[in-house]
Parts: sequence; C-alpha cells; structure tokens
Amino acid sequence: MRAFTQHQGIVAPLDLANVDTDMIIPKQFLKSIKRTGFGKNLFDELRYQDEGQPDQECTGRPLREEFVLNQPQFANASVLLARRNFGCGSSREHAPWALDDYGFRVVIAPSFADIFFNNCFKNGLLPIQLSEESVEQLFQEVAQETGYSLSIDLESQTVLSPSGARFSFELDAFRKHCLINGLDDIALTLQDQDSIKTYEAERQQSAPWLFASKR
Amino acid sequence: MSAKTLYDKLWDQHLVKQRDDGSALIYIDLQLLHEVTSPQAFEGLRMAKRQPWRISGNLATPDHNVPTTSKERREGVNGIADPVSKIQVVTLDENCDEFGITEFNMMDERQGIVHVVGPEQGATLPGMTVVCGDSHTSTHGAFGALAHGIGTSEVEHVLATQCLVQKKNKNMLVRVDGELSPYVSAKDVVLAIIGVIGTAGGTGYAIEFGGTGIQSLSMEGRMTVCNMAIEAGARVGLIAVDQTTIDYVEGRPYAPNADQWDQAVNAWRDLVSDEGAHFDNVVVLKAEDIKPQVTWGTSPEMVIAIDQAIPRSEDQTDPVLKEGYARAWKYMGLEGKSVLADITLDRVFIGSCTNSRIEDLRIAAQVVEGRQVASSLKQAIVVPGSGLVKAQAEKEGLDKIFTAAGLEWREPGCSMCLAMNADKLGNGEHCASTSNRNFESRQGFGGRTHLVSPAMAAAAAIAGHFIDVNELVKH
Repeated sequence: MRAFTQHQGIVAPLDLANVDTDMIIPKQFLKSIKRTGFGKNLFDELRYQDEGQPDQECTGRPLREEFVLNQPQFANASVLLARRNFGCGSSREHAPWALDDYGFRVVIAPSFADIFFNNCFKNGLLPIQLSEESVEQLFQEVAQETGYSLSIDLESQTVLSPSGARFSFELDAFRKHCLINGLDDIALTLQDQDSIKTYEAERQQSAPWLFASKR
Repeated sequence: MSAKTLYDKLWDQHLVKQRDDGSALIYIDLQLLHEVTSPQAFEGLRMAKRQPWRISGNLATPDHNVPTTSKERREGVNGIADPVSKIQVVTLDENCDEFGITEFNMMDERQGIVHVVGPEQGATLPGMTVVCGDSHTSTHGAFGALAHGIGTSEVEHVLATQCLVQKKNKNMLVRVDGELSPYVSAKDVVLAIIGVIGTAGGTGYAIEFGGTGIQSLSMEGRMTVCNMAIEAGARVGLIAVDQTTIDYVEGRPYAPNADQWDQAVNAWRDLVSDEGAHFDNVVVLKAEDIKPQVTWGTSPEMVIAIDQAIPRSEDQTDPVLKEGYARAWKYMGLEGKSVLADITLDRVFIGSCTNSRIEDLRIAAQVVEGRQVASSLKQAIVVPGSGLVKAQAEKEGLDKIFTAAGLEWREPGCSMCLAMNADKLGNGEHCASTSNRNFESRQGFGGRTHLVSPAMAAAAAIAGHFIDVNELVKH
C-alpha cells in the first residue's frame, strides 16, 4: 500500500451532508473486476448531465458546470471537504478507489460512516474527522481564497490552513502506523498465524459444530 | 464476572489476539461472497501467491447482476445480456472453482441473495462471526451472530487469514416495548427507529434490538430489522437468541448434526445480554406508536408515518438539514404535494435482502389477493430472495395470486434494489419499494424511491398511490 506521511493540496468544498457511496461511484461502474480506472466516474451523476456507462469515454460528456470538481480552480484538488456522515450506505470499496484514482489523498468531514472510513485506510487515503465548527471554518476560508490549500501532517496529526489556523485530529495508533509505513495488513496478520491456529484448535474443542462443515 | 452484552460475548469468543495499540484480531467463522465485491480480492490473493486460510469458511452465490426474467435465466450466464455483468458472474464461478469454494451458481436452486441464502441454508448460525463484502451483512445479526459488511481489501484479508483487524464498537440498545398494530411489520419498526436516531445515529455502535416488539417477530422479521441497522449507521445489528431462533435453524442443511445439536443449542442459549449489562446508549420506542412508514426523501431517515404531512425544508432549523431537505424535495419532485397520497406511483418493487423472504411474500399476496394492480402503474414486480423461497411460494400458490392481480413474478436476485441488472427505474419515476436505500438514482438514473413494507408496497400497487394498508383491506 502507498504510504501517507504528509500532504499539501488544493481543497475542493463539497457542501453536502450524507454523501453516500452510491453518489461517490454509481452502481453501473461496480461491474468492473479491476481496482483502477474509477476516477473518471467519481461523483458521476453530480459531475455529468447524462447517465454514465461503464467503459465510456468521458471527455465529451456534458458537464454540470455548477459542480465543484467542474470549476477550474478546483481542477487539481486533492483534499475533499464535506459535511457530516460522509461515505454512508454501501460497503463498496470502489468509493475510496474512485477518490484515489481521481487524485484525492485526504477527505475532511465532521463524521464518516464506519465501513467507508475503514476502507480508506486500505488504500492510502486519509479520512480526517474535525468538529462541525472547524469544518464550517474551512468551508468559509475556502470560499474566500482561490487556490486555497491545506497542509496535512499525519505524524503530528494536524491540519494547517493558510490563515495559520491549526486543527488536530484523532486517529488510532494501528491505522496511523500502517498508513505511515504503507504496510500490508495481510502480511502483518500472518505474523500472528500461530495465534490463529491456537485459537482454531481451542474453538474446535469448545464449539466443534463450527468445524464440522459440510461445505 | 461483570455483566456482558451480547456483543461483548461475541467479541470475546472471537478474540484471537488483543494488540497493544487497541486493535484486535478477530476470528471469522463464515465469509459470504458475491460477484461484485470479490473479484479484486481473489486477484489480490493470486498476485501475492496466497491460498485461502480455510476454504470451508466461505460460501458464494451471485446475486447483484443476475437477470430475473425466466427467459434469460434458463440460459444461465449466457442469458445475461450485459457483457460487463456477465464477466463479473463468470469471474465468480471461475474463482470459486479455482480455490475450491462452495458456490450456488445461477443454475442452482439454492442461488439467491447472499443474505437470504446464508440463513436459509443454516450456514449462518447463532454465535458465529459472519462477514461479506456487502453492508447488509448486518442481517445475520438476527441470529445472535456478530455480522457486518466489509470492503474488498478485507474480503481478501479474510480469505487469506480467516481473521479481521478490528476495533471494538460501543454498545447501543434499541428497545421496542409493547405490541405491534395490525399490518405494522418489522420494516415499519426499523424505519421508525431510523427516523428517531437518524442515518448516523448508530455510527460507531453495535446495535442490539430488544423488547417485546422485537421478540414477537419471526426470524424473517428479525432479519429485516437487523438488515437495516446499517441504514442507522451501525455496521452491526443484533438480536438475542431465543426459541424462535433455534427452531428456525433446526434441520437446515448446514445446521449442526444431531450428535452436536444439543451441545450447540446449549451454547446458543447464552447468547443474550446479561441482566444489568452496560449499554453506552439506550433508545426506547413504543410499539403501539408505530404506524406504517414511508420514506419521502433521499435518505432512509427522511421517513414519516403514512398519515403525516411531508416535512418541509423551511420548517427545519439546522442549516445542514435545511439544505438536505431542499435538495431532497427537488430531487423527489415534491413541489405542490403535501401528503404521501399526492405522489403518483410508476412502479412497485417487492424484493431485496430486506424483504424477499417467504413471510414477506405471504403478506404481500394476502393484500393483493382478489384485487387488481392500478392501471396507472407501469410495472409491479415481485422478486423472491432465493430459488428456494421461489419454490416455497409457488408451492403455496403465491405466484398465481400475484400474477392474477397483475404483478410480475420473477427469478431470485437483488434486482431493482440497486439496479445492477436490467430491472430499474426510469428518470423521474416514483417507486414504492421494499428495499433499503432511497438514495438518489439508487434504483436507476433519476429514479425516486420510497421505502415501505411488503404490505404497504402491495397496497400501493393496488391503489396506485400510498395508502394505509389497513384502509385498503377494509374494503
């Protein structure tokens, strides 16, 4: 997995609450059997006027000009700012894949849905939870300055704004460690394979029906 | 020993290793696989040259992409018109063959929606941990199992290690006290709960549903409630084990054999929260207060009882809510409407992992029997949750009741719940749907979804608009 240590990038303000994963990447694009190539269909229905199709060339499609990512000053944004309960709904990891493929490295919101939040860390994408007030302040700052960017430092768990405002965020130690070092979860877990085997042997004694599989 | 919640017990029983950093390695007893969220996981295994840790810990079936008309289904995967959907279903077949994983493929009568198939086969058992690359895995919590949806990277992780790295959730109890009114079902209960706590109310929690209003539900009803825990923000929904649970499991194909049955039941009896166990949050609803529910907007929390006025953006004080309501009103085309009956329906969908089990079909059939679907509707479809549900319904003659009333009787799959197959809404169409999500375009580009119970969907099909099913059956 790609490591994440620090990032500075242009902020795109998506002023919506309850952004669901269907909105982030609509279902027709879930038919792919690959992990890449979802970026051009990120927020497909908010971004384009027509109904998108898998494997379609997107460059000529009619745009919804008012949508944030279609505005030139946010074209190279890599930090997404949104409202509460971001990433709710379907467990599709295609949502972080699409955000990542588009070029986002950080999503900032007052709260995230659990499954989406978890999926981000598997893909080197950093979801940052800040208070409603801090997020509101960032929305106001970004509205006032073209090219507004934020600096994120994972080690010190801080977000630094051009106004000098500094916001710290919480993150559990394991996720931080994996992200900073770009660690592969599976390899880490397999270091504990003896513990897994011991657990299985004990469980087979106490609950043998779980191992009497007819499959 | 201190009193434990059901969630605490399940967590402790599956704890392989507690790490110093607060994370924990949790053992997974059953992983369910379907075609949409597994291909990249299998590919990851291959690329790392890893083998599944425990092949028998997995069970697969295609459901999201499968066509539901009998003509297409007779031809198996070749009947899938959309070439991209077909590749995905074929890929699942090939992956299961390659790794030796049991799969109920499209031609198998046991095929169906994973969350219908697992319990129906007795593959889902009380006390298990169950995961699937699908957020509605919370369904299996109805059995006193610790079950939740995961992303594709975690699907691969479970394939490779039979474990997940987890952080423990907080405990929430949602109690429904009292007795439900006639034609008020599990779906109405869970929609009412979401209306109270909101779509993020359960974030970070495992929700246990309890109280007499929950205990009186059948297993089908309990699955409906736990299914939508995720719509309240909670990955995990749980219901304590009782005799109803045990009776449902007994005799199913993958249930414990006779020689292990008593030992298993004995262990399952303990799968209840202890007296005095601590919950971080408790919410109580009165069953008598719950009326048939209908969602009016684009989030499951935008829900009202059938007799309530549609709430307006201008009456909201929270700016985020105000904005959300205004957007939903516009998307749903509600201008000039004030009550649910003002909405003209185009389609009705009875199905999905929330409401496609035999009991759901029975109640819907009971409502439409001897009546006719409104001529103003473009379509009303009934999609059973599995091949076995379909067979049972046909044995009971429910298919005949539906078709006589003017509803289409389909083959099993996820269908119009998320419209990955050919079943979808047209732009701007309103649908009374027994599914679980009313997000923008969820059931088709520009489609407008209203979530309801099977009885309410059936009543809406007959009336052509929303109506209290109690009113309809009076006449």
